[in-house]
Amino acid sequence: MTKERAVTSKFKQLLDSGKFMVTSEISPPKGTNIEMILHHIDLLKNKVDALNVTDHQSSVMHFPSLGGCLAIKERGGEPILQMTCRDRNRIALQAELLFAYTKGIRNVLCLTGDAVVVGDHKEAKGVFDLDSVQLLRAIRQMESGKDLGGNDLDGAVEFCAGAIVTPEGRPIEPQLMKFEKKVEAGAEFFQTQAIYDLDNFAKFMQYARQFPVKILAGIVLLSSAKMAKYMTENVPGIFVPQYLIDELASAPKGGALNKGIEIAGRMIATLKKEALCDGVHIMAIGREEVVPDILEIAGLLNPSPLFLPPK
Amino acid sequence: MGMKSITKQKPFDEIKQQLDRFGRVYIMGCGTCATMTKTGGKEEVLDMKKRLEELDKLVTGWTVIPTACDEMTEVAITEVDGSIRNVHCILVMACALGVHRVSLYIDKPVIPALDTLFIGVEDSPGYFHEVCAQCGQCVLGETAGICPLTACHKGLLNGPCGGTNNGKCEVDREKDCAWTLIYQRLKEQGRLDLMRKYHGPKNYQVVPRPKITKLA
Repeated sequence: MTKERAVTSKFKQLLDSGKFMVTSEISPPKGTNIEMILHHIDLLKNKVDALNVTDHQSSVMHFPSLGGCLAIKERGGEPILQMTCRDRNRIALQAELLFAYTKGIRNVLCLTGDAVVVGDHKEAKGVFDLDSVQLLRAIRQMESGKDLGGNDLDGAVEFCAGAIVTPEGRPIEPQLMKFEKKVEAGAEFFQTQAIYDLDNFAKFMQYARQFPVKILAGIVLLSSAKMAKYMTENVPGIFVPQYLIDELASAPKGGALNKGIEIAGRMIATLKKEALCDGVHIMAIGREEVVPDILEIAGLLNPSPLFLPPK
Repeated sequence: MGMKSITKQKPFDEIKQQLDRFGRVYIMGCGTCATMTKTGGKEEVLDMKKRLEELDKLVTGWTVIPTACDEMTEVAITEVDGSIRNVHCILVMACALGVHRVSLYIDKPVIPALDTLFIGVEDSPGYFHEVCAQCGQCVLGETAGICPLTACHKGLLNGPCGGTNNGKCEVDREKDCAWTLIYQRLKEQGRLDLMRKYHGPKNYQVVPRPKITKLA
């Protein structure tokens, strides 16, 4: 996995530069009306170092991640293609990687994918022909000029490949073992599941620092005390400390979202100031509009170096 | 208790619709799995008979074949030949293996009354779970005897997904996370290193369908 590669991903170049990275995610529409996603791309593309496009998040059928990534490319942004293993077998996944490469997409986030039954097509067949670790290895194999069947590719791919990790997963040890499998499979960066307890996260980072990968802390915007409580109680691997729930609850009527923005911005500022990790990945979940506000509070509302005029 | 074909009775409306064109019906249950699961034993067969008669069907007879899926079923069918000669169809209250077996010996429409859910074992009365998907490439030696292909919702081979939740699976709080179980057992056995082993993409064509094989 240590083969020298020509780095053509601008995101990867920035990752390696040691800059505190900022990525965010946008969600494609359910339907053909792409006005909103284009608006979100234009709003965020030069404020972040790369934009993820979700892949049928929560197993709810949407316009594809690849379509969103192409739009980001066309509009001058840096996309991260999210690829889950839920809906495509190894043939379809590889084909999509070939196509993405020819369109200039250079970053892929490899995920197993949510279960079909949590989504809006509950009777569909969940594919899971590959898992996230195998998908990472598939990318590395395709970079070597071979497909998963061992056949020669007429033109290889080259991607900056990433994965996810859940620093608050319980029990934690199996999660970390899987994290290490992903590192061994060639993951270069990780975008974590949402983290709120910075002391816990610091412990995770102490462990993760021994690996040659970049860690972007997952920041999920809390929009109300109710939402924070719901996530803590229902979303595996997400724990919002009570003091944050109380802080959200103490916000004046109609002010909870602003409080959530403030909390997110404050956390990012702390992560950066204390150099706890290599960057952040902001997930505003349907409130992409406020990502610039979060960045402003974090003191990071400046154009990504990718958008500065060449010297 | 051994391995069983776990079945569930079809919705009666579906049975009714499938029997729509048939007036004379013979009912066959199964004395093994379907009796144990209370889906095709004597009691259920008699209950079905009553319900069909309420629909004005003529139930010419019924039997509970000892083990519907084995070849002795041919003998059992010969013995009841008189009551099935003039029926329009046979309603089989056995798993799909039983339905298949009956249809080999009777040249009349054979209608299943049950849906076959999985091949599993009984943990406690009324509770069953699947243990094997018959994938053709057993990994139990490296997963502490717990099959990740059947016990993990996504059939993952390289460890838990992010949906693992304090030992439970995110799709159902009542269900265990297979990889937490595997982890705990491997740890107890001092074989946790096996969790670190990379498993490559699975061969889904060990025996391509239709699955037919000749053993040496």
